[in-house]
Amino acid sequence: MTRILGVVGLLVVLYAALYESNPAATSTRSLTSLANIQGRYGVVTLGAALVIITGGIDLSVGSVVGCSTVLFGVLMTDYGIPPLPAAGLVLLFGATVGLVNGLLVTKLKLQPFLVTLCGMFIFRGAARMIGSVVGAQSVTEAHPEFAPSLDAMTLYLVGKDEKGALVFPAMFALLLGLAAVVGFFLHRTAYGRYWYAIGYNEQAARYAGVNVDRHRAAVYVICSTLAALGGILLFLDINTHQADTAGAGLELYAILGAVLGGCSLRGGEGTAVGMVLGAMVLPVIEKLVNFRGEKSTVIPVVIGTTLLIGTIVDELIRRRSRLNR
Amino acid sequence: MTAPPATPRLRATAVGKRFPGVVALDGVSLTLAPGEVLAVVGENGAGKSTLMKIIAGVYQPDAGTVELDGQPVQFPGPREATAAGVVLIHQELNLAENLTVTDNLFLGREPTGGGGLRVLNRRAMADRAAGLLARVGLPADRLRKRVELLPPGEKQLVEIARALGTAVRVLIMDEPTSSLTQKETERLYTVIDALRADGVSVLYISHRLAEVTRCADRVTVLRDGKNAGELAKGEITHDNMVRLMVGRDMKQFYPKDKRSGVGGAPVLTLAGVRYRGGPDVPASLEVRAGEILGMAGLVGAGRTELSEAVFGVRPLTAGELRLDGKHLRVRGPADAIAAGLLLVPEDRRLHGLVTEAAVGFNLSLPNLDRLGSLLGVRRRAEAELHRTWIDRLRVKTPSAAQPAGLLSGGNQQKVVYGKWLARGPRVLILDEPTRGVDVGAKAEIYALVDELAGRGVAVWMITSDMEELLGMSDRVVVMHEGRVAGELPRARLTEEAVMHLATGGTAT
Ligand SMILES: Nc1ncnc2c1ncn2[C@@H]1O[C@H](COP(=O)(O)OP(=O)(O)OP(=O)(O)O)[C@@H](O)[C@H]1O
Ligand SMILES: [Mg+2]
Repeated sequence: MTRILGVVGLLVVLYAALYESNPAATSTRSLTSLANIQGRYGVVTLGAALVIITGGIDLSVGSVVGCSTVLFGVLMTDYGIPPLPAAGLVLLFGATVGLVNGLLVTKLKLQPFLVTLCGMFIFRGAARMIGSVVGAQSVTEAHPEFAPSLDAMTLYLVGKDEKGALVFPAMFALLLGLAAVVGFFLHRTAYGRYWYAIGYNEQAARYAGVNVDRHRAAVYVICSTLAALGGILLFLDINTHQADTAGAGLELYAILGAVLGGCSLRGGEGTAVGMVLGAMVLPVIEKLVNFRGEKSTVIPVVIGTTLLIGTIVDELIRRRSRLNR
Repeated sequence: MTAPPATPRLRATAVGKRFPGVVALDGVSLTLAPGEVLAVVGENGAGKSTLMKIIAGVYQPDAGTVELDGQPVQFPGPREATAAGVVLIHQELNLAENLTVTDNLFLGREPTGGGGLRVLNRRAMADRAAGLLARVGLPADRLRKRVELLPPGEKQLVEIARALGTAVRVLIMDEPTSSLTQKETERLYTVIDALRADGVSVLYISHRLAEVTRCADRVTVLRDGKNAGELAKGEITHDNMVRLMVGRDMKQFYPKDKRSGVGGAPVLTLAGVRYRGGPDVPASLEVRAGEILGMAGLVGAGRTELSEAVFGVRPLTAGELRLDGKHLRVRGPADAIAAGLLLVPEDRRLHGLVTEAAVGFNLSLPNLDRLGSLLGVRRRAEAELHRTWIDRLRVKTPSAAQPAGLLSGGNQQKVVYGKWLARGPRVLILDEPTRGVDVGAKAEIYALVDELAGRGVAVWMITSDMEELLGMSDRVVVMHEGRVAGELPRARLTEEAVMHLATGGTAT
């Protein structure tokens, strides 16, 4: 609970700063478009956070997002696969990546950090190999018949009409929906209990009859599938993508979002609400920097510093509350 | 009552300590003379460990004072306490598992050269380490082993050796023997006798009252965070201690009311079982319905490993398990549990409990399949389960939401029982079933096990506690170096017969 208070406080401060820097930044339109971006980050954060709860880590998220974006474009442009089946294939790709990660971590007992670090290189490289630049426009140029379903997909998933104007923050809605599902599993079902138990003490979970390997692997599958979904969203949201940069660094954003939202890197801790709140922080910081007219090169420094302060404040709050408990 | 000497080595006066929701200590006092061995006994949660931690600077008291040689002291941490000669060996072991035994013996006070560079003086370490291990009776080949590879009993001895390596004047041992076998315990008595002769004062906590009778000069009893009384050397008897601890007399310590003592049909059969990492000789035995099969052996005899193989933790490489005469396939603990084969593991903090999580969480964990479907846990049924087992086992906890790791050792053990009893076992494997459990709770657990056996549950009880083995077993299997060395029916069950087989003697 107190962990959530910390991130809520941080968000309040950030939104206030946003308003203070330029009231236009807090117009309804501006905030909705911000929420939409938060949604996109959040979808990816949910998966990374689940892995963290079971005591693992997934560094391949950003590359899987990028690879999925490129794959989605290439499947449609070069292979002429219609958008809906193409999306299905991309999700399947994500699930497969997760399964491989999961099996390597559980069956071969490799360290998650190492396995997913390798994945980070492999899928970034793969993205470059299968295509360099992708975008909705090249799809419709090659296959004009895909335009209607691509537009519909963009409207329902990303909330933008065919001219690229935001109609409603669909990605934020998607995030809330997914978070509700994740929250249900985490807090209401046996699965969630097993994930927490594995994160706290894998041995004890095993001795209690929990099929540790299966649950661990499942969480990696969920994580990479959500990353693939994130890749599809990214494709639909923005006009063109470079294989080099699409989704780059997102794994760190996702991990930081999860940690800010109360997940402990030691495993065993975290809530669905926290994950959503944690994922909301970084986009606000980016927007704040942009609106202050700062060069975008300062973004990493600002993000790093804010997060550090956030973490310190959070820790201080927790210490106090522990004393007063 | 003996009059305490003029300036005791250690004096604690009216010490108080509260934790959220719990008053752990409420004005407890004790004195300790130089070269005296004072045993501190009391039920689980009586506050013994808390008092020791305050004396050794782990906790700060809320009230009261501690004096060392007449000087008031309040150690800010264990480091300062150790420097002053007050060393605590924790109930739950505190070794750096990934380092070698030698490294652990000197952790934090390594002999170094090279000034600020603190280059390790390996030779001095090795020499002194060998001497320390010899004092606790561990073979020198352990020096270079990583601690995680040692069985629990040896880890405990390493902890004691580490304490001996400091200029110790007050040595506090919190349940040092709970994971030691008879032989190792004897070894510890010699160490204690040597310390006493050197004028070192010893505070000794144990739930094994026979031990207390054997080695204590005086006994002080705690109950519910208060002093319940003191016994001088001549008055130390099992009954006197129990009376002070639980506030009443206790009869029938090892009950045999509900079970007949003669096993029925074999429930669990091990036929020529071998497992990965185990000995070359296959093991065969059977556990029968309604009987308590005791299993004895020295530490390292492979008892825990065998039970873990049966429970699915270690993969079988040969042989067969049979349940009610039918082949049973166990690929992992989940299979064993589904078949009603339940294990109360030896190391509860590592295997038995998720210590960071709540008591209720732990009680529910293996029973979630029964608390509604996998989709959605029924909250009410769950709360009911928590209430039932916390009450029935009289777990001392402020609520089901308390993290299990904050309970006293014995109460943690009860939670482990609770999670299995809530399931209802067919075969119950108990590995050191009353480790760290107080007399009252022990009697309750024995009664419970007796009742389960009476209902036809097959109980396989691995124990290093000779009294318990002799008191509870209907039949005993003795292990030696990984193989079944022999079997003793109730009629031929004596301590000598058990030790004979356990030390490699041939069956007669
Ligand atoms: N860090 C802590 N936080 C909260 N409660 C605690 C903490 N440490 C101990 N307690 C509580 O204080 C009481 C006394 O505990 P303590 O460990 O001293 O008992 P004990 O006499 O050593 O019992 P045992 O024989 O089971 O080891 C218990 O009710 C326990 O739950
Ligand atoms: Mg204790």
